Amino acid sequence: MQEILSALAEPNRLQIVELLRRKPLAVGEIVERLGLRQPQVSKHLRVLSDAGLVEVRPVGQQRIYRLRARALKDLDNWLDPYRRTWDERFDQFDDVLRGLKQKDKEKKDGHGK
Amino acid sequence: MAMASSTGTTKVTLPSDREILITREFDAPRELVFKAMTDPNLIPRWWGPRRYTTTVDKMDVRPGGAWRFIMREPDGRESGFRGEYREVVAPERIVQTFEWEPMAGHISVDTATFTERDGRTLLTVRSLFASKEDRDGMVQSGMEKGLAETHDRFAELLAELREETRSGAR
Repeated sequence: MQEILSALAEPNRLQIVELLRRKPLAVGEIVERLGLRQPQVSKHLRVLSDAGLVEVRPVGQQRIYRLRARALKDLDNWLDPYRRTWDERFDQFDDVLRGLKQKDKEKKDGHGK
Repeated sequence: MAMASSTGTTKVTLPSDREILITREFDAPRELVFKAMTDPNLIPRWWGPRRYTTTVDKMDVRPGGAWRFIMREPDGRESGFRGEYREVVAPERIVQTFEWEPMAGHISVDTATFTERDGRTLLTVRSLFASKEDRDGMVQSGMEKGLAETHDRFAELLAELREETRSGAR
């Protein structure tokens, strides 16, 4: 997990992952979209690949990079308990809101005080 | 057709290495959402996990004002959460610091933004941490708490199942 997080901690690498979320890309396309030099991009891709976040597949002359669903699933699993903490908090807040809206409505309808 | 009570679920993303972004939609205008969220009398009803008891020690919702909540776990253990309000712009935005007392010194700055559309409110909370380690530690502590919670729930479920078996219900 720590390796995945460290890999994503660098803004350019995070951006590469964002790009690859839309579709698999060749190195050249990533270079073009990020406006970085090829050696830099290759270095970032190596870190992402070592962390298991991307995988590469040769297609003709090109090397196509794509996201590895497994690593993203791991990241999602890591975040899940934290998300559930907030989800529970907001579900309870939702109940509070519903109660307040009900009270407002009753006041408007002339029931209760 | 969406049900009136449907508010969607909470989304959590990591937009940078020092941030956590939380979003959630509520089926109510933002005046009401803002008012409810800043009401100390309502905090015990929603802020802490269901099986914990939350009490408000301080909640002075204005710039420079302090807040402190105490959460008691089912086994009686207590810990405090505290911070300071930096910006309070009703009903749009609240900026406040957040610190869990057992991990004092690891402070995040949380910006809550309330956006209304068609009578519904989108709440976004952006937590900015001093370092990536602090950010990851916060997610991790959520995990430990979440696990403890799951175990509690599981124990509860087991007790219910036992009860059902005893009373002969299917």
